[in-house]
Amino acid sequence: MKRRDFVGLTGLATSALWLPSLPSFGGTEVDPAHLLQGGADVAVKKRLADAALNAAKAAGATYTDVRIGRYLNQGIFTREKQVQNIANTESYGAGIRVIANGTWGFASTNVVTEAGMAKAAQLAVEIAKANSKTQKEKVQLAPQRGYGEVSWKAPIQQNAFEVPIKDKVDLLLATNAKALENGASFVNSVLFQVNEQKYFASTDGSYIDQDIHRIYPTFSVTAIDRASGKFRSRQALSAPMGLGYEYLTPKAADKIAGPAGSDVIGYKNSYDILEDAARAAKQVKEKLTAKSVTPGKYDLVLDPHHLGLTIHESVGHPLELDRVLGYEANYAGTSFATLEWKAKNIPYGSKVVNIVADKLQPGSLGAVGYDDEGVKTKEWNLIEQGKLVNYEKIRDQAHIVGQTESDGCCYAQSWQDVQFQRMPNVSLKPSAQKMSVDDLVKGVDKGIYIAGNGSFSIDQQRYNSQFGGQVFYAIEKGKIAGMLEDVAYQTNTLEFWNSCAATCDQSDYRFAGFFNDGKGQPSQSSAVSHGSATTRFNAVNVINTARKIG
Amino acid sequence: MPILSKDESQAILKKVLSFSTADECQASLSGRTVGNIRYARNNVSTAGVSDNVSLAVEARFGKRSGVATCNQFDDATLRRCVQRAEEIARLAPEDQEYMPLLGPQQYLTPVSYATSTAAIRPDFRAQAAADSIALSSSKQLTAAGYLEDGAYFQALRNNKGLEAYQQSTGLDFSVTVRTPDGTGSGYAVADFTDATKFNAKNLTQIAADKAAGSRNAKALEPGKYTVILEPAALVSDEGLLNNLVYNFGAREADEGRSFLSKKGGGNRKGDKLFDSRISIYSDPLNAQAPGSVFDGEGLPVKRINWVEKGVVKNLYYSRYWAQKNGVEPTAFAGNFIMEGGTQSTADLIKSTAKGILVTRLWYIRDVDPQTLLYTGLTRDGTFYIENGKIKFPIKNFRFNESPVIMLNNIEAIGRPQRLGGNLVPPLKIRDFTFTSLSDAV
Repeated sequence: MKRRDFVGLTGLATSALWLPSLPSFGGTEVDPAHLLQGGADVAVKKRLADAALNAAKAAGATYTDVRIGRYLNQGIFTREKQVQNIANTESYGAGIRVIANGTWGFASTNVVTEAGMAKAAQLAVEIAKANSKTQKEKVQLAPQRGYGEVSWKAPIQQNAFEVPIKDKVDLLLATNAKALENGASFVNSVLFQVNEQKYFASTDGSYIDQDIHRIYPTFSVTAIDRASGKFRSRQALSAPMGLGYEYLTPKAADKIAGPAGSDVIGYKNSYDILEDAARAAKQVKEKLTAKSVTPGKYDLVLDPHHLGLTIHESVGHPLELDRVLGYEANYAGTSFATLEWKAKNIPYGSKVVNIVADKLQPGSLGAVGYDDEGVKTKEWNLIEQGKLVNYEKIRDQAHIVGQTESDGCCYAQSWQDVQFQRMPNVSLKPSAQKMSVDDLVKGVDKGIYIAGNGSFSIDQQRYNSQFGGQVFYAIEKGKIAGMLEDVAYQTNTLEFWNSCAATCDQSDYRFAGFFNDGKGQPSQSSAVSHGSATTRFNAVNVINTARKIG
Repeated sequence: MPILSKDESQAILKKVLSFSTADECQASLSGRTVGNIRYARNNVSTAGVSDNVSLAVEARFGKRSGVATCNQFDDATLRRCVQRAEEIARLAPEDQEYMPLLGPQQYLTPVSYATSTAAIRPDFRAQAAADSIALSSSKQLTAAGYLEDGAYFQALRNNKGLEAYQQSTGLDFSVTVRTPDGTGSGYAVADFTDATKFNAKNLTQIAADKAAGSRNAKALEPGKYTVILEPAALVSDEGLLNNLVYNFGAREADEGRSFLSKKGGGNRKGDKLFDSRISIYSDPLNAQAPGSVFDGEGLPVKRINWVEKGVVKNLYYSRYWAQKNGVEPTAFAGNFIMEGGTQSTADLIKSTAKGILVTRLWYIRDVDPQTLLYTGLTRDGTFYIENGKIKFPIKNFRFNESPVIMLNNIEAIGRPQRLGGNLVPPLKIRDFTFTSLSDAV
């Protein structure tokens, strides 16, 4: 049994004493006030970075990049009427990556002084030289111009770390109260906040200072029928976002209703946690007595909170070029979408499937000015009218697919981890023609509307997947016809995207997001958003997940 | 520096406690030296070493508690760390599930450390990767693998007289070997306390044989099949047996939200839920798969039976939940051991008229916590068995199955092997539910 299971089993997952061992809370426990103190001055960071760049060059590196990072986290954990834990952590240090003898080397240090940086740079060169003995192909970097001294800040309105903890605790406890008032048996709520203060410098001549914020409020509401022994849960329909605390000030314009008769509200750029908790409690009670689905083929109408996860698993991951090439074969897996497969021009999806990658959309988790190897971020097409046109790649991969520039999707979860290729935001373009959710449902004779992402599983080459959800509604003859339970659909990626019949317009477009997407060995976590509007898929195989145990 | 001795660590902890003005104070010191090497496409991609020692101080005033950490150990830093924990504690809300710190405890003598593993240097890792790559290249196959080894220590002390210390070592290795045309894939995985038992070549050979043997897989119809699940199909970070043990929490069961909840209230301790041949326990002193002798709060860990002859014998009780229910709290060793027989996987195959050999299950996610239903897929070596022999490779399947149902459909239990720090036998199970085919190799 791995440590993480041990931590989960013993209920220590929320015990502050063990927080440094939790992946999203690497770092040192600090006073909350400490999180408001500024990091080192840019001029100081430049001097420190130069110390590393110079030391690496002197030791024989032909390329060097330096990341000085200060990573701040705050997590507030509650259940019912009590606070379980409040954790504040800071992690500060530098990672230095070099090319020597045509081979990568990496070393990191938390001794962020000129001497400490130089020492780590020398160690990185030493490792590169040692590894070069077994290296078969020299690293080739796509050319990258230096940007000089530049900066980028996430366009947040209110720094969540500046909001008094008491206000945040009160909001979570009010959320729990809403759920309990509306009939929930149990409720857990959590607020995660992240601030990455990153300074990047490279021998290309870039000195890039960035300030990135993420926020994730979420809850789980459970209803129990003691007599029958049945229990059901419903998770929040919030999305983790690249926003500040303004995400938790709900605006009417950001509330998007599901189809008439469904009692679903989705959220765009702000989130009403109190309203969602009350609705979740009502829905979870309804789930206890909802009709169990009859397995078979159904037309599925998927809301963006749900569809984001399907996009993530069946488009975002298979188009990561490192997986395509086999670098993840022993862990995350490879991909069906090989270079040979792409050359065959087999349709990935129907003509309405237009999927775009980006690191730009305001409020998204992927949005940054520059990636972790100093490439200015951009938007590019992955799938155009159902046809695969491009992958997700970084500087040392571009030449493999005959291209001359990186897509800017290099990322490391902290200063002490080496950066590598990660998923950008991957989003389904909404319809250019006007199309509401009700219009979409109107055309469905026998279908299911699914809101919220739930259970998910997909094979290591991204063909066969199974997805659940948070709430399910039957659609009969163009109308919502009551709640269903025990629903999951199984599909093949190509069949699924080729069955895509129609998507709603921009007015329904919103993000789903994932705070801890894992890849690599040792595993690293990254955060990514997926935009879409509610979308219809025809004749998908739905199974019934109810079982009986003794 | 990273691996401190008992005396060195307790000296630091004593000093930390001497700086405390809190009602209660507990400090833990943990350290590690970890090295790794990763390769793919028959080429080393990354390698590294990291070490760290970290101190966590928990200060308590009444029911208010605060934690601070640091990784420098001069007096000024230690004093600041204690002060910060105390400042945070004063600002914290009262813990409604407060339990006083434990007093002095008696612990078993741990068996979780091997000097051979602690002595590993980069050339050992480089050689393991080179051996694995060479074997794979010589067979025109492609290897991707990962080796991580580490030495660790954990020390705990509080102002109620509790004092604990343990060292441990571990080595984890996994390798996926694929045919260059992508039509075959094989996998092998193993972990050890003692690195002298590790042989990269032998493990790569297993993965290579499975890769070569899984070319040109045939499709079988999804449905219920007799399966032989090798240990890697039962145990992983997300394994069916890990998930089963993970769900033995008493609180969740008593609250009515677990497969161990009893209709009408209470939990199912004492009920027979599995086949009579199923016994699962944890034991910190198991020589093959040793565990911790104390838990995070300093509670002594002893052998505990979770399932005995199919009957649920114990659930996990935190100190708070135990006190509330008038029972003893459960300390957990961090490992589990499933009893088995003497048959090897090959023996299980020999006695199978028709069935499927599963090397590995992957991407396992919960579907319904009510019945502990999980879904996931076979991967890296799935074969059809007929009349006691492997007949041909088959395409991968998706399964939807509950370990509770699975452990009632036992045909045979093999000889336990270590995996993920646990001991688990290969299992032959009837009526295992495959629900669809996957084209993935």
